Amino acid sequence: MADQLAIGSRRGLKPALPLLLPAYLWLTVAIFLPLSAMVFFSFMTDLPLAGKEWTFTLGNYAAFFSQSLYSTLLLSSLRLGLEVTLWCVVIGYPAAYVLAKVLKGRSREAIFLLVILPFWSNGLVRIFSWAMVLREGGILDTALNAVLPFKINIDLMYSYPAVIIGLVHSYVPYMVLTCYLTLQAIDDSLIEAGRSLGASRRQVLWRVIIPLSMPGLIAGAALIFVPVVGSFMEPRILGGRTGTFYGTVIEDQFVAVFNWPLGAALSFILLAVVLIILALAAPVLRRAG
Amino acid sequence: MRMPRLTAFLTATAVFVSAFTFAAQAAEEVHVLNWKGYGADEPWAVANFEKATGFKVVNDFFNSEQEMLTKIRTNPGLYDVVMINAAFNDQAMAGKLIQPIDVSKLSNYADIAKDKAGSPMLNHDGKVYGVPWVWGLTALAINEKSFDKPPTSIAEMWDPAHKGRVIIRDDAVEAVQFGAIASGQNINDIKDMDAVKAKLTSLMPQIKTFWSSENDWNQMVASNQIDIGTYWSGSADRAKTHFKLPVSLVIPQEGAVAWLDAFSIPAGSKNVAGAEAFINYMIDPKFYVEWVTKVGAPVSANTKAVDALPEDAFNRKVMGSPDVAKRIQFQAPVTDEQREKYLALWQELKVNVK
Repeated sequence: MADQLAIGSRRGLKPALPLLLPAYLWLTVAIFLPLSAMVFFSFMTDLPLAGKEWTFTLGNYAAFFSQSLYSTLLLSSLRLGLEVTLWCVVIGYPAAYVLAKVLKGRSREAIFLLVILPFWSNGLVRIFSWAMVLREGGILDTALNAVLPFKINIDLMYSYPAVIIGLVHSYVPYMVLTCYLTLQAIDDSLIEAGRSLGASRRQVLWRVIIPLSMPGLIAGAALIFVPVVGSFMEPRILGGRTGTFYGTVIEDQFVAVFNWPLGAALSFILLAVVLIILALAAPVLRRAG
Repeated sequence: MRMPRLTAFLTATAVFVSAFTFAAQAAEEVHVLNWKGYGADEPWAVANFEKATGFKVVNDFFNSEQEMLTKIRTNPGLYDVVMINAAFNDQAMAGKLIQPIDVSKLSNYADIAKDKAGSPMLNHDGKVYGVPWVWGLTALAINEKSFDKPPTSIAEMWDPAHKGRVIIRDDAVEAVQFGAIASGQNINDIKDMDAVKAKLTSLMPQIKTFWSSENDWNQMVASNQIDIGTYWSGSADRAKTHFKLPVSLVIPQEGAVAWLDAFSIPAGSKNVAGAEAFINYMIDPKFYVEWVTKVGAPVSANTKAVDALPEDAFNRKVMGSPDVAKRIQFQAPVTDEQREKYLALWQELKVNVK
């Protein structure tokens, strides 16, 4: 029996190879090689361009620990990641529920399209549209003042809330999509059974729906948290003078200062911190799931 | 043995991309790297040059001097002409990024002001590595709607009346040198960094956002979101002349940072003859006068070009006046060590603002 299984799996791998090859070749060329090069750079004193002298060093990693600047920034970026993820859950989960359980047919398709729509536009365009909406004398300010009897002054542009708004808008579709998939898979008869056995709507939500859709919530949260911690475009454009985050400092090292080694070292520290957080959260999340 | 291979590896992608470009490129293209909207990419200028010489101009842009250096480092052989601030010429030459220029091929070179052409920043070992093009100031510019009468002092930036309506450029060197002027110091020999830091720290709460391109600045004024900020003299002129914005330049009594922009030819340029023709055209009086009249520009390094302007032109009357000449400080090269120190200070200020 065991032998047969072994043969079976070997037979399974061989014909599968040609199918797997393109994906793995692509991953090697596009992800693994550049990433290894970056690891290499992060240990160098200077880039070996134009005949510059360089040696191996741990100094780039030491820079992170010797200056409180970087850890302060990392903490504020992690906070940003958590806040954005939280808002995405608050906004995305109910929307996913309505899509999966309430709406049917045409209306579901229409609403679904509206959720996906932002994905079809360029990220930069979305951010600049927000800039037009949020600034003083912008669309939001003008519209509210036209409707409200009293005068209010809305100038959200170049502030922390503006960064949150921009990022939540960019990432909420991930949460809606992942939650929608798990919510849709929940058998309606489970909910009906809960109700007929005397559970209140709230109890059904907490004891049946949320636990069963937990994998979607977790996947969505991970998909959102990781890129948001390293985000730099939204903070730079919408954050103004408060828009300095860990991601913008890494971008500066690559684009403005040309200190790739330090930029690479900072990126890998970020990667390590994110992996540690995900690893620490894994047992808790698995139990919850 | 290891270094060349690594260099090749690092630039592999860039070379790969540019290889395609070369394959498709006619031999007579001139690739120019400059700030966007800064003379070299004016459609009428490009058309005139192409008609006169038969070369085709391909423009590419950068948003900071560091980005410019990055671009010529990582795309060897792609560019034929690059616009480099004289203070960065040293760095580019030391990195073997640019080549000596045969100025005998440039008919307009003889008319360039002697102090500019002979600048030690552009000449190394008797060879010319940069052809002076224009010079200007990093001074203040105001939104005319917010002032009855233009201010005269740099202290205006700290006035509580402008809280949240001040803008400065997101650039460590520029910010620190601005702080040096505000604290009455020599920008090329800052003795009291603490005074600079104190000045900039107290400026931070005034600031609305940081700008990185002319477009940022002009949009902030167009939507009436700022009163005052640091700006380049040529850009302020362009904002007024070309974009019809209520912007005017202020050269504060405390002084201003002066810079000299020059054209260089990157090492490995595929079209040196085209590059020479283009640089010669850029320093030509005819191009300059048209540029100033149609668009707005900084001050030409070519004395004949400035003399061709009307007597009362800002670039001739104000920028050329001895009173202004006394107040301004020309920017000298900044060492890597200083740059890192400035950057650390600037990052600290930006982080503590939250």
